[in-house]
Formats: sequence, structure tokens, C-alpha cells
Amino acid sequence: MAEVQIQEERTAPASAEAASRQSAVRSERLRSAWLFLAPMLLVLAFVAGWPLAKTIYFGFTDASLNDLSAAEWIGIDNYLEYLDYGDGEGEYFGLLADDEWWNAVWNTVYFAGISVFFETVFGLIVALVLNAQFKGRGLVRAAVLIPWAIPTIVSAKMWAWMMNDQFGILNDMGMTLGLLSAPVAWTASADTAMTAVLIVDIWKTTPFMALLILAGLQMVPSDIYEAAKIDGVHPVRVFFKVTLPLIRPAILVAVIFRALDALRVFDLIYVLTPNNAQTKTMSVFAQENLFQFDQFAYGSAASTLLFLTIALITIVYIRLSGLNLAGGGR
Amino acid sequence: MTFVRASLAVLAASTCLSGAVAAADLSIVSGAVGRDNEMLRSNLDIFEEQTGHTVTIVEMPSSTTDQFAQYRLWLSAGNTDIDVYRTDVIWAPQLADHLLDLSEAAADVVGDHFPSIIESQTVNDRLVAIPMFTDAPALYYRSDLLDKYGVEPPSTWEELTAAAQTIQDGERADGQSDFHGFVFQGAAYEGLTCNALEWVKSFGGGQIVEPDGTISINNDAAAAALQTAAGWIGTIAPEGVLGYKEEEARGVWQVGNAAFMRNWPYAYALSNNEDSAVAGKFGIVPLPTGGEGSAATLGGWNLAVSRYSEDPDAAIELALFLASTEVQTRRATELSRLPTIVSVYDDPEVAAVQPIIPQWKDIFLAAVPRPSAPTQRNYNEVSKEFWDAVHATLSGERTAEASLRRLEARLNRLKGNGWE
Repeated sequence: MAEVQIQEERTAPASAEAASRQSAVRSERLRSAWLFLAPMLLVLAFVAGWPLAKTIYFGFTDASLNDLSAAEWIGIDNYLEYLDYGDGEGEYFGLLADDEWWNAVWNTVYFAGISVFFETVFGLIVALVLNAQFKGRGLVRAAVLIPWAIPTIVSAKMWAWMMNDQFGILNDMGMTLGLLSAPVAWTASADTAMTAVLIVDIWKTTPFMALLILAGLQMVPSDIYEAAKIDGVHPVRVFFKVTLPLIRPAILVAVIFRALDALRVFDLIYVLTPNNAQTKTMSVFAQENLFQFDQFAYGSAASTLLFLTIALITIVYIRLSGLNLAGGGR
Repeated sequence: MTFVRASLAVLAASTCLSGAVAAADLSIVSGAVGRDNEMLRSNLDIFEEQTGHTVTIVEMPSSTTDQFAQYRLWLSAGNTDIDVYRTDVIWAPQLADHLLDLSEAAADVVGDHFPSIIESQTVNDRLVAIPMFTDAPALYYRSDLLDKYGVEPPSTWEELTAAAQTIQDGERADGQSDFHGFVFQGAAYEGLTCNALEWVKSFGGGQIVEPDGTISINNDAAAAALQTAAGWIGTIAPEGVLGYKEEEARGVWQVGNAAFMRNWPYAYALSNNEDSAVAGKFGIVPLPTGGEGSAATLGGWNLAVSRYSEDPDAAIELALFLASTEVQTRRATELSRLPTIVSVYDDPEVAAVQPIIPQWKDIFLAAVPRPSAPTQRNYNEVSKEFWDAVHATLSGERTAEASLRRLEARLNRLKGNGWE
């Protein structure tokens, strides 16, 4: 803000009087801007800032959900603690030394990576189709959104039945078509649990990606395509040389939205494969410690690390992709 | 049944007269399997009619693990919306601080219940929940199929494995490609802890954590038990059993696709329903043994009154009503839920409708408690570590020995200087 002000002052007329008048207007504007922002900032601080600060604080205590007021500060023991057994031997405790935590981190990153990749590819294809002119396009556009409109709990339950090993329609179709030799226990088996979760997530969220990418596609001016057509450029080349570079910002934004969502995935996994080590994500790990076990402080520490992990991944992503979220030209 | 209803009315009327309080709006939260909540609703209707109170059921999923997380959250937040909680037998030490002491209100009736159940719900001399029904699983078998293949109901796990294999092979050869020998609860949740405790205990492998707090699980007998169970997956049990809870197992059983099932008593009445494919074609025996006697995990549900209830008197009245002899009798005859009141087992009317109830008394009396008492507030985590280790063994991810070694280390770490 200060920088902008200096720049403007530099370009301002030489007259000192005019400059001071202008700066008075500026500060007036600034004040009203803050005034308008204040209610939202207050609400944000109350519903997001305060709980976050509390969670971070509890991560450094020995809090138990039975009596939160009795929580005492214990430093970083929830994260890492070396316990000396007194005979020269010892062991590391805490989240950073907990292999179940690292398993959850890996599961989360794996889930986010694979699901966002496929959702982007499929979303792009769907968006390209929906961008074409054809009869009944409005109807198809609405229909495509249905999976995204169904609440996650409902769609997870629905898929759980479809994937049921005895009565599920997936196994029935697979067996009838001869694709499967024996019924697969999709959500129960260690080998397929993650795949099952990924299938449901990709099914559910591809429409969201398609929608965002479609919005990007509609911004592409049609005269570029006409020019390409006149020049006789092959459609595949048009896609890679014209369409893709132009919708790149839209895709990047869509990917970051989805990645943030995927990294904190909870409901789908909690319904479909609760407690399976193969699909336990950071959120599920935190919930388990916070509410199932008498480990509120440990769960708070896990939530804090989850927050930091997501923040870190987001920052790295924004840096690497050169995405400009501040608006305006680059 | 009219007799039961009439006596219920009298009971409810008498509690009403003695209470003489204004009508209250109560909420009871209850998870359910089978027809539990239908029965609860019809009992509540009687209660409402007689007392003038109104009671709403807040329904929860059937998994005890899911219910617990929600209840703990509500209680910690001092939620006043729920007055009465239906609590699992293992929760008492973990939730005790938030529940009212019922020992005074229930002084007249505690003597009617089995002392061991009352004891399990007593924490620091406070009775935090009143028993509603108890649970002890048994082995369900298809009597028609056992006759067909000329096998006796198995008394050891070895016999069960052999019998299940024979019947499964035979039925599949007859074109029943979906047929399985044995179904149980293998999903990673509290139910797997129950199942696996039975295997381990019946092999002489102890009770995970002994009553004195010693961690005993890492031993050869326990490893042998888990190895045996792991051998069932994909042979006599479908691979999907690793995702089955009570109702999934009953689903396979009740359409006639399983020769044996391990389940709680509630499945008995449901399996005899008119729409059941196995009605009249099955029996029960105590769970098989691994050489050191049969073991059934003690289950059961209780009624606890929240400390944050706005109308504690009416809430206690409701809890006592739902735990009364009359309501337990009704629950036993219609749902084959095991009573916690000793005299109901000797009731000839109950025996006439559900001959299974008196038979089940012996199974229940020999039942093994889960280590919720010695591990106290850590029980849920102990149980989760145990079911994780078992699930990893069943799915072939780790050998039984490696699982148990890891489990012991993790439990030691959890225990620290002692359970608290």
C-alpha cells in the first residue's frame, strides 16, 4: 500500500496544495475501506482465527477433552520428545516420530495427487465437449453437475452399496461382462481401498473441474480459432498451441482449489473406509485422536501440522506455477 | 403381549405418581442394529402415554466407534439437547465425569440385575448407567446344511474350518457360487476387537491387557489364534469380510449365503422373521474353542443420564423405565435381546417365545470382558491398536508375530508409567 502511495505522489502535480488535498481524499478512502472490511474481518477472526489459534495452543499442552480448562503447557512434547529410559537408551515420541502419522501424510498426498490429476484431465475433456455447439447443450451441462451436487455423505453411502462385495452392482456388472473372475471387496481389501476412494472422489469432483475450466474456455476469443482454421492448422495443434496456453490460468486456479480440498479430505473416507490404515488421511487421523481417543492435545498438534502442510504445499504450488492470485497483470 | 403392555402401563403410572412432575421434553440418543429403534419407539409411546412427557429419539449409526466420537464431543461441550444416552458397556470409565450418578434413584432395582454388569457400569462408586440389555455372541449354524453334509455343530475352530470348507465346496458345486462357509465382523472397528478377543482368549492367549494392567498380548497362543483366523480370509470367508460389521454379516447369512455366522443375539429373532431365507433352518452353539475353552466377548448397552440434562428427574425416570423388568421382558421376547435382570431368564413366557434366551444365559455367564476397566480412559486407543494389528494380519499385510510385536510396543508406549 505504501509503495503505491509513493508512486502516486511522485506522479502527482508539483503543487503541494493539490498533493495534500489528494492525500486527504486517499486517507478518507482508506478509512472507509477499512470500515467496510471491519465486520468481515471481525467475523473471520472470530470463526477462523480464534479456533485456529486455540488449536495451535492446545497442540502445546496436555489437554484432555474431559476437562479442557485443566490443560497445561508442555512445550513441543506432542511433536517430538526424547524419553530417556535412564540406562542410556531412549526412544523418540510425538507426532514427528509416529509412523502412523507419516502414513497418514503419505496417504493424503497420494490421494490429493492422483485425484487432482485425473479430475483435471477428465474435467478438461468434459469442458471441451460442453464448450462445443450441439443440441441440448444446456441440459447436458446441468446433468453433468449432478454428481457434484449430491452431498458427499449420500454419494459415499451410495457408492458403498454399489461396491458391496456381495450385493454390489459393480461386481455384478463386472462378473456378467466377464471382466472380473471373482467378486472384489472394493472397500475392504487393502489393495483396492484407496482405488475405491479415488474412484468415488474423481466421479464426484470432475464436474467441478469441468465447470471451472469451461468458464476459462468461454473467455477464449473465437477469432483466434477462425484465424487458425483459415491457416489450416490441425485441431490437435490448435488445442496445444492456442487453447491450452489461453486456459492455463483457469486450470491452475481450478487445480489449487481442488488440491486444497483434497488435502483435507475427511467425509468421503470416514464413510467409505473408516479406520483402514491404507486410506487414513491426516484429517481422519486428527479426528480420531481428538474425539475417539483421550488425546485431544495430540490431535490438536496433528491439526496444526495439517494446516502447516497444506499452507506449505499451497505456497510452493503458487511459486512454481507462477500463478498470480493478487489480480491484475503480471 | 397384552399382559406385558398392561403391566408396563401400571409401572409407568406408578413412577408417574411418585414423581408428580410437570411434563418434560426429553431426547434419547441411540444407535441401533436390526429393529432396536422400532422397539425403543414403541416403548417410548407407552412411557409418553403414562407420564405425559414427550421423548424424541435422535438416531445414530450402528457402529459403536462412530457413536462414541459424537457423544464425547456433545458431552464435553455440555450439550443440553440430549438427556439420555444409550451407552456401550465399554464406555463407562471414559464418560463417567459427564454422567449422573444413578445409584440412589436405582437403589431398589440394582439388586435385580447381574452384579457383574452393575459393576461394569460403576465408576468410583458411582453408578453411571443402568443396564438395558446385555450381549454375548454365539455361533449360528445352518442346521439343514449340517444335516445335508452330515456334520455336527463344531466345538473347535479346527472343526469349524473343516465343516465350513466342506459345505462351501458342496454348495458351490451345486451352483451356489455366492455361498460362503463363515462370516463374522472383520472391519477395522470395535467389533473386530470383540471377534479377535474371542479367538485369542479361546487359544489361551489372554485378554490383551489383563485385569491387573499387564500387557499380555504378545504370546505364541495369540499369534496362533490370529494365524488361524487369517487362514479363513479368501478360503471359507469372503475377502469382503474385512469390511463387514454386524449388519453386513447378517445380510450374507440371512439370504442363505453362509453356513456359519458369529453374531450377537439380536440376529436370532431377525433370522426367524418371515422374510428370512433361513427361518427355522438354523441353530446356535457357543463359539468354538482353540483348545482353552470357548470365549464370548461381553457386550451390552446401558442407559446413562447426562449431567447437562435440563430435566434430570424426568430423564432418570425414562432411563429406569427402559431398563425395567417389563421392558426387558418385551425386548427379550420380540427382539431376542438378552435381559440383564436375572429373573427374566426363568420367565416361562419368555422361554416359550424365545427358547434361545435361557440357553444363552450360560454363554453370557462365561463371557469375557474387554479390557476397558484396567485401561480406563485409554481403552479406545488400546482397542484401536488391537484391531489395527488384527486387521493387518487378516489382510496379509503383516504376519501375526510381527503384528503382535508391534502391538506390544505401541501399547507399552501408550501405557507409559501406568494406565490412567
